[in-house]
Amino acid sequence: MIKLDSHVPEGNISEKWANHKFSMKLVNPANKRKYDIIVVGTGLAGASAAATLGELGYKVKAFSYHDSPRRAHSIAAQGGINAAKNYQNDADSVFRLFYDTVKGGDFRSREANVYRLADVSNNIIDQCVAQGVPFAREYGGMLANRSFGGAQVSRTFYARGETGQQLLLGAYGSLNRQIHLGNVTMFSRREMLDLVVVNGKAQGIIVRNLVNGEIESYSAQAVILATGGYMNVYFLSTNAMNSNATASWRAHKRGAVYANPCYTQIHPTCLPVHGENQSKLVLMSESLRNDGRIWVPKKIGDTRSPKDIPESERDYYLERKYPAFGNLVPRDVASRNAKYVCDEGRGIGGGRAVYLDFSEAFNRIGKEGVKDKYGNLFDMYQNITGTNPYEVPMQIYPAPHYAMGGLWVDYNLMSNVPGLFVLGEANFSDHGANRLGASALMQGLADGYFVIPYTLGNYLTTEKPAKVDPKSNEFKEAENNVKENVSKLLNVNGKQTVDSIHKRLGHILIDKVGMSRSETGLKEAIKSISELRQEFWNDVKIVGKGNELNQTLERAGRVSDFLELGELMALDALNRNESCGGHFREEYQTVEGEALRRDDEYSYVAAWEFKKPGMWELNKENLEFETIKLATRSYK
Amino acid sequence: MDNNHIHLTLNIWRQETPSSKGFFEEFKQDVSPDSSLLEILDEINNRLEAEGKRPIAFESDCREGICGTCGLVVNGNPHGPLPKTATCQLHMRNFNDGETLFIEPFRATAFPIIKDLIVDRSGFDKIQQAGGFVSFNAGSAPDANAILIPKKIADLALDAAECIGCGACVAACKNSSAMLFVSAKVSQFAILPQGQPERYERVQAMVKVMDENLFGSCTNTYACEAECPKGISVSNIARMNREYIGAKFKTEELVD
Repeated sequence: MIKLDSHVPEGNISEKWANHKFSMKLVNPANKRKYDIIVVGTGLAGASAAATLGELGYKVKAFSYHDSPRRAHSIAAQGGINAAKNYQNDADSVFRLFYDTVKGGDFRSREANVYRLADVSNNIIDQCVAQGVPFAREYGGMLANRSFGGAQVSRTFYARGETGQQLLLGAYGSLNRQIHLGNVTMFSRREMLDLVVVNGKAQGIIVRNLVNGEIESYSAQAVILATGGYMNVYFLSTNAMNSNATASWRAHKRGAVYANPCYTQIHPTCLPVHGENQSKLVLMSESLRNDGRIWVPKKIGDTRSPKDIPESERDYYLERKYPAFGNLVPRDVASRNAKYVCDEGRGIGGGRAVYLDFSEAFNRIGKEGVKDKYGNLFDMYQNITGTNPYEVPMQIYPAPHYAMGGLWVDYNLMSNVPGLFVLGEANFSDHGANRLGASALMQGLADGYFVIPYTLGNYLTTEKPAKVDPKSNEFKEAENNVKENVSKLLNVNGKQTVDSIHKRLGHILIDKVGMSRSETGLKEAIKSISELRQEFWNDVKIVGKGNELNQTLERAGRVSDFLELGELMALDALNRNESCGGHFREEYQTVEGEALRRDDEYSYVAAWEFKKPGMWELNKENLEFETIKLATRSYK
Repeated sequence: MDNNHIHLTLNIWRQETPSSKGFFEEFKQDVSPDSSLLEILDEINNRLEAEGKRPIAFESDCREGICGTCGLVVNGNPHGPLPKTATCQLHMRNFNDGETLFIEPFRATAFPIIKDLIVDRSGFDKIQQAGGFVSFNAGSAPDANAILIPKKIADLALDAAECIGCGACVAACKNSSAMLFVSAKVSQFAILPQGQPERYERVQAMVKVMDENLFGSCTNTYACEAECPKGISVSNIARMNREYIGAKFKTEELVD
């Protein structure tokens, strides 16, 4: 059993972070250069952290499996980034953003972390504008805002449908400046395959050089993981092809506990699956739900073309069930309802898709007006599907998108392994059981620009981690562990390809640990994933060698970790006998079919400690709601 | 969606190491028109792996046309025949039954081949490290609305900032010039007020590193703009030339 102390500071919620910043110990400016810090992952969270730590004077080594930090999947975020600026004078505030995020997360996040996130949100916008991020503007030169899924105020800042790209390139610029100044050394095309723990503290990593296959060791006084989420566990997701859980999973196997892995977000506005050979799913910004209306035919098995289905025979099911929020209900609600209507056989042509219809918007603001707001998304839709969405309503279906679960961290973003910090999507901390739109970019940058620069210094001064020689025994042991794992993979020499096994894992998960889960289904999932894992280790086929560029080997390592993580997701979902946010258990719903939370028993973070593959021990961090009263989420 | 398959012949560049001799290997493949070109490569690779043969090394990541990782030359065109389309967004419905495709890596002295279709574009990062940023430390920014920026200016800066760093401009240019790539970043900051303090040092530093990394000169053929998946305009190159010449006059005492 591990004692999980959240280290939430004392005091009123609005003063905790200010008090904590004052009470934390500082590193003398001249001493910062004596500390080596490793940052793994250079997306929004990692690049902003590496750059900011470089600015402060730390000696940073940053690692990415990409050829360049600019490739990180943060770049694909379309819609925007939230901040409580209240520039629109619509009664927004730090408290309201905090409230919305806690409520949107279905009361399964840690209040103090969320408040801090809302609090620093305004600094993020200031910082990004100062870096030259070209946000959308009004004609008078002010920054523009729009409203976004789950919010009743306009607090989302954006840059066309490419907000993630512009924010990442801003952070990439800051990172480049520190590389130029010599404060950050960039190691690209390196994949972290193990964490080195010395005397209980995280002191380094083992990476594989993806170009020549060499196993390399790097030592530091703290290790920061900013390696993103695990949604590619489903095989088909909106994540990039290379997004994976390996760095955080290997850290998990070295003692870091994994929190709430069953909290997965299935995003409502994605393109439907076109066939078995599909490699990934494409998301379209949910800003489309501001003007598009979602519907299906009322009749089961209605195969008429949409223009032949009269208004009276259409079911705008979100508007009908949730009149207050309509098409703007949170993602989990929108997704689950799309699944239900398709389960009923009312999906388009009886299949798994629903209409996203802009005809009302065309009448209101004209096709030009729609093009102005969503032109690039409409072009993208046409490019991928070959259908013109200005003529025929779009077809959408939910797709795995974002992982709310991740490595457990305390208020300082440190895991239970001292010296191992986890930022961005890779940690579990801020979104509870469901993430609201436009808050992933916010969290990544909050962690990197404004949280870790403070909390890291406190760790270094209080714990005084030593410099460890990368030739020490602990490093040797970890290197050997990695080498053995690589040769074990290469020596299976079976018959099945890595992708074919990964696809089967994905089918099990989306079916049984997807938008709707049941005790029977989860038990079946645990059994079949465990069997599939055996099959993988007995029958996977990896062509090529370890000491060369070998993409099949890279994928095999990642899938071997997914085969363990997938089982834990099912176990976590089985343990949580309630419905909350993205985790919907069929046994726990209201008479109206809405999620039924069980606060008395499950108001805790489930943090799993790794024992051996297929065996974990549950640790709990109780969640206290001191500021916001626990309430049933209602969007009716 | 449509599942009528079409039959294609794909000639794909194979090259085991940077120094080994490359060749085209022919693959015959029935493809779904809804599949992307990269999904066809996935299919071929799965078949090769099942047969115990070395799969084709190629890079891709987001498969949404924004990360800039994928970049193949298809029938002589970087990112294929469609305008404003990255390789990952190239769907097979754009090809006819019975067609033959030639698929190669981006070719440029500045982009050495690592393996098969993978090239080394680290020269791009080096150019960005030389000056593709605004020197501004986290923590001291004024309120974001303290500086008003006309919508037109913000939009123009974003037009340039949309560059995805894929390198198609270099691959399209007979001189392997990186002028479109470099000018996009130079323009973004030359246009915006935030970029003004370092405006003249920036352009000189970035051009210097561009030249050091074996990218060629610009001779105004505009092939770069034609092949750019984001449609970055060559007017950025003109702006960069003006900035560069202006910088020579304005900053002699400021730049090393």
